[in-house]
Amino acid sequence: MSQRIVIDPVTRIEGHAKISLFLSDAGDISDARFHVVEFRGFEKFCEGRPIGEMAGITARICGICPISHIMASAKTGDDVLTVQIPPTAEKLRRMMNLGQFTQSHALSFFHLSSPDFLLGWDSDPAKRNVFGLIEKQPDLARAGIRLRQFGQEVIELLGGKKIHPAWAVPGGVREPLSAEAHKHILGRLPEARATTETALNLFKGMLDKHREETEHFGNFRSLFVGLVSRDGALWEHYDGYLRVVDSDGNILVDELDPRRYHEIIGEAVEPFSYLKSPFYKPLGYPQGMYRVGPLARLNVCSRIGTPLADAELAEFRQRVGSGGIVTSSFMYHYARLVEILAALERIGMLLHDPDILSKRVRSVGSINKLEGVGVSEAPRGTLFHHYHVDENGLIKKVNLIVATGNNNLAMNRTVKQIAQHYIKDIKGGKIPEGLLNRVEHGIRCYDPCLSCSTHAFGAMPMKVEVVAADGRVLAEQVRD
Amino acid sequence: MSVKTLTIDGKAVSAAEGDSVLEAAREAGIEIPTLCHLDGLTDIGACRMCLVEVTGSNKLLPACSTRVAEGMEVRTNTEQLRKYRRMVVELLFAERNHICAACVANGHCELQDVGIAVGMDHVRYDYLYPNLKVDVTHPLYGMDQNRCILCARCVRVCDEIEGAHTWDVLGRGVKARVTTDLNQPWGEAQSCTSCGKCVMACPTGAIFKLGSTVEESVKERGKLAFLKTARDKKQWVL
Repeated sequence: MSQRIVIDPVTRIEGHAKISLFLSDAGDISDARFHVVEFRGFEKFCEGRPIGEMAGITARICGICPISHIMASAKTGDDVLTVQIPPTAEKLRRMMNLGQFTQSHALSFFHLSSPDFLLGWDSDPAKRNVFGLIEKQPDLARAGIRLRQFGQEVIELLGGKKIHPAWAVPGGVREPLSAEAHKHILGRLPEARATTETALNLFKGMLDKHREETEHFGNFRSLFVGLVSRDGALWEHYDGYLRVVDSDGNILVDELDPRRYHEIIGEAVEPFSYLKSPFYKPLGYPQGMYRVGPLARLNVCSRIGTPLADAELAEFRQRVGSGGIVTSSFMYHYARLVEILAALERIGMLLHDPDILSKRVRSVGSINKLEGVGVSEAPRGTLFHHYHVDENGLIKKVNLIVATGNNNLAMNRTVKQIAQHYIKDIKGGKIPEGLLNRVEHGIRCYDPCLSCSTHAFGAMPMKVEVVAADGRVLAEQVRD
Repeated sequence: MSVKTLTIDGKAVSAAEGDSVLEAAREAGIEIPTLCHLDGLTDIGACRMCLVEVTGSNKLLPACSTRVAEGMEVRTNTEQLRKYRRMVVELLFAERNHICAACVANGHCELQDVGIAVGMDHVRYDYLYPNLKVDVTHPLYGMDQNRCILCARCVRVCDEIEGAHTWDVLGRGVKARVTTDLNQPWGEAQSCTSCGKCVMACPTGAIFKLGSTVEESVKERGKLAFLKTARDKKQWVL
């Protein structure tokens, strides 16, 4: 008799989700599904609002990565107004986005994911969290928390507050960078860089011990999608061309204007989740599975463009990608650390830019187009905002494809792969907690933000459910 | 002009004949919350925020449109008044769609300020969630009915100071809406001079400058009293 195991709620992720594991009669995993159980409806209730408000409204999709939505929304506004924003405004937007990468990646690595591999997959679940980390490795935990604080400070010093600063607007940004803020950020950079290097060395030192995880935590062939710079296909986080590569490193799509995203990306809807499943159109659904985010960005770019991060990228590709494409989702953690280093180096470069303190930061325009697209990279991956407006600038239609949504198919595949590898010969639905934790970690690799991806509603606990072939739920584990 | 003496909250106050209780109280440093009152405009007693108790009257009176009288005893801050004021603010929030977090007036909004002043930590009434239009047909300004509290400050400022009377109130009760000309889109209202006084007068984010984003709508309301004084008294005092 086959069964279904449900992990609900999934913990240490951003959002509300559950996982269902389907058992065959033999007690092996026949299938696994990742359900996002939130619904919010941003695309609907934005209709009728003036375009100038969209950055402020869509920022509310998320408290972790509001900056990403502010950037994509402001860029969509730039497109509708058809304005060229002042050069300093673009540099400041970039700086804030890099601050956002730093804080979000630090949160994912230190607070949410590292307890699993630093404290142990099977360690006491009550202590397998950031507090347990503080107890066991106080210096590392403190450094990680301060690294996140640094990223938050960059955001606050530019935008006036850490969360939801309505600072990037269609046409540019509202306030320039102050000399005091400039000095403060510059002063804190060395410590942030040192923490990132420590974490990188720590993770690299654990690679040998985590061969099994590398092999089975979402290690499969897929496409990778991300932005690369217009000039030289460098690592990009704010603007650029869309690029798609496959697992052999073949470039399938290159130099695609992000406004044409809908030519290559379709969105499928599954009845078991509020999260849509985007796919690469030429390969169809579900074969067109692709991944976005830190791993994808490192896979699609030619190089990063800053010395320390480029050295790390070369080592990353050598150590875990045999010199080419890295296919294991466990390496999202590694990629995240390389990206923090890249972000810190770029913040340093921007701070030394001669016109970074310029007061000319906002262009003015009126409605010059009835449709706009804004694409940028969020910490979790490529973020698409697409608005249609009427002649007066009221929103008629909104389409948002959010980073985590892009990874939906890959997350489902990852959960199934981990479950099939670790969970075998289960009778009666009893599975050791440590094994279920590994399944959950498959989701954590992607650092998904489910509130964002469904533009949805709710808190963040998780549930696992074991279900028989006849649909009976045999076992349930709930945490909140 | 004769002088009237009265007590407000037990404090002896003197005021000129014809002054409102609100003016007398503010002159004496006693704060009474208001929403529809704006210095320089005729008071209409619409919002009921400034209700006060007056000895000898069996009903509550709006301080803005009640004249001072000799020997009057006024109480501005009793348990009953605090309860009613909070109720008034809650009803205003329940009637339209006031979403501070995404509003152009967040941090500069008089409705938000009185909400805080009366201690409104939640709203006890069901929200109506009306589906209301935003009018952004004017080249410079926009009007969002979702944020309107029908204080009619726009109507009065346009009529009394600008002299255009573009704004008026259409309909009754819960269906009342401020409107431009004969219920035409603002952009087509021929009487509008695009002076922007209604933007300055609006206590919330209902009337705003186009292109404004969250928290950007900062009002210079003092300019309206300046204009009124300049016009009436030929004194240009900023």
